[in-house]
Amino acid sequence: MELTLGPVLFNWQADDWRDFYFRIADDAPVETVVIGEVVCSKRMPFLARHLPAVAERLAAAGKTVIFGSLALVALERERRQMEELAKSEDLTVEANDVSALRHLAGRPHAIGPFVNIYNEATAAFFASRGARRMCLPPELPAASVAAIAAGVPDVTVEVFAFGRVPLAISARCYHARLHKLTKDNCRFVCEKDPDGLAVETLDNEPFLTVNGVQTLSHTVMNLVGDIDLLRSAGVGALRLSPQCCDMVAVARLFRDVIDGRREAGEAEAALAEVYPGAVFANGFVHAESGVRRVGA
Amino acid sequence: MELICPAGTPAALRAAVDAGADAVYCGFRDETNARNFPGLNFSRAEMAEGVAYAHARGAKVLVAINTFPRAGQLGLWHGAVDDAVAAGADALILADVGLIAYAAECHPAQRLHVSVQAAAANPDAIAFYVEAFGVKRVVLPRVLSVPEIAAITRAAACETEVFVFGGLCVMAEGRCSLSSHATGQSPNMHGVCSPASHVSYRDDGNTLVSRLGDFTINKFAKGEPAAYPTLCKGRFRTGIGAGYIFEEPVSLDAAEMLPGLKKAGVTALKIEGRQRGRAYIASVVASFRAALAALEAGRPITGAGLTAMTEGQTTTVGAYRKTWR
Repeated sequence: MELTLGPVLFNWQADDWRDFYFRIADDAPVETVVIGEVVCSKRMPFLARHLPAVAERLAAAGKTVIFGSLALVALERERRQMEELAKSEDLTVEANDVSALRHLAGRPHAIGPFVNIYNEATAAFFASRGARRMCLPPELPAASVAAIAAGVPDVTVEVFAFGRVPLAISARCYHARLHKLTKDNCRFVCEKDPDGLAVETLDNEPFLTVNGVQTLSHTVMNLVGDIDLLRSAGVGALRLSPQCCDMVAVARLFRDVIDGRREAGEAEAALAEVYPGAVFANGFVHAESGVRRVGA
Repeated sequence: MELICPAGTPAALRAAVDAGADAVYCGFRDETNARNFPGLNFSRAEMAEGVAYAHARGAKVLVAINTFPRAGQLGLWHGAVDDAVAAGADALILADVGLIAYAAECHPAQRLHVSVQAAAANPDAIAFYVEAFGVKRVVLPRVLSVPEIAAITRAAACETEVFVFGGLCVMAEGRCSLSSHATGQSPNMHGVCSPASHVSYRDDGNTLVSRLGDFTINKFAKGEPAAYPTLCKGRFRTGIGAGYIFEEPVSLDAAEMLPGLKKAGVTALKIEGRQRGRAYIASVVASFRAALAALEAGRPITGAGLTAMTEGQTTTVGAYRKTWR
């Protein structure tokens, strides 16, 4: 079973973003790294100047580098940028919207968790057009994952295994709205919340996380205790989604459990120390509410 | 522009047709459609009768099979497609790529529409469905402004349909797991959002608290109208501020946008609300019929006057006006 580091979903300072990937290249036991901005096209210019160096450093360290496409493509400028990305034949691209899949058909590519693959028929259709890796939607239960994996034996099926869960995307920017700004004149206020903005209920229960146009869970998906279940479901890779914690340590703990060097319970306790304050959940994979923690 | 109206029951279908709907959309009584609510939707026999009633009066019936089939259990969804075709549906409204592929292969003559749940928000996404499956129309997600709708419609190789009235998703449709996160019940998999089975109210003396699953969605002072606790339309608290951080409990009313939508080349206008009763259907359809007649005649469109019919009793033109973002 492989490990994939998903794209940074939050608006990190460009230099921090670059340094994060340099350290991943040097130290993290992950096979694949997905890079690029997938949430908001307005953030893309800041990362663009570091993207070649980051890709080169990761590749030199032996990582497979995949470029993620935008999850919501509405503007004409975004459409053109994604077309250009998807048509770059020297890059491996992860499609996060079917618009990118139009241009990727016929050559090997990946599909990210923002494309709806809920069953084996859809997976088989995409595989027939060249999809080789698929990170499935986080809300899928293990039974669905198993049926999909069985239907596309030549595809590396991946599940979202660590990090706040992307739950929704909108045309409206909630960061801008909270700061009484419009999306077009947002002043990039989402950069103030590199791990997302916490949303509580009026009864002070932690609930959600706002990241610009994206809404994520407050709870942190953690499937380290479900690795045997996922392996038997045919899962070939686990996705770790970057948060403001030591992601190298997270990758090492997952790697240790996959390789049988460490018990899952021990790894879970260690993860709680790596990411203080994180409330872990795994309900989706057990066909329950996403906020639930099953089997802990 | 065609007027596409919702029907959750055979009586609503007849009301919509009688009020002047060009087409009615409805679904089977199971989790194959995105309004899988108790007491709603059509049996196979009711669907065939509904199609006959509509066709006799010159109206079409579009069958929505727009949830995402559960892995390993595709038969329920394939059966819905086969039965809708057999019932004489004028088009199927589908969201799942695998299911569209099935319909295109098994029923090549059947007209197919891409559901809003497929979130095809740009010309390349639309082209994907047109090129792969020969779909004839796409229902656009409610994330676009009118100029963007015009540009997409110009570039699209098929017809476009947009929502003009009713419930308003503020998240891109078909790409939202908020309900699933809080309740385990998802629009994509179960055809429900913020389901009533998971809603509870608590009276705290001076405050009415509405909850969904284990979470407080809103609190209402005495006398304040209590909106249904749809997750994205609740009041929440952040370090920056509290309130309706996603959207207020408003509904969409784009009646004033009709001239712009016509100019944009949109083929069909859709009214949301398969869960609503006959009276709602009849008055909303009649009102939009009148608005379209005014538009054709070059008369000004007066407000639809339907605010009282809406959830939350407040309306917005949503993303159709760019400042909404």
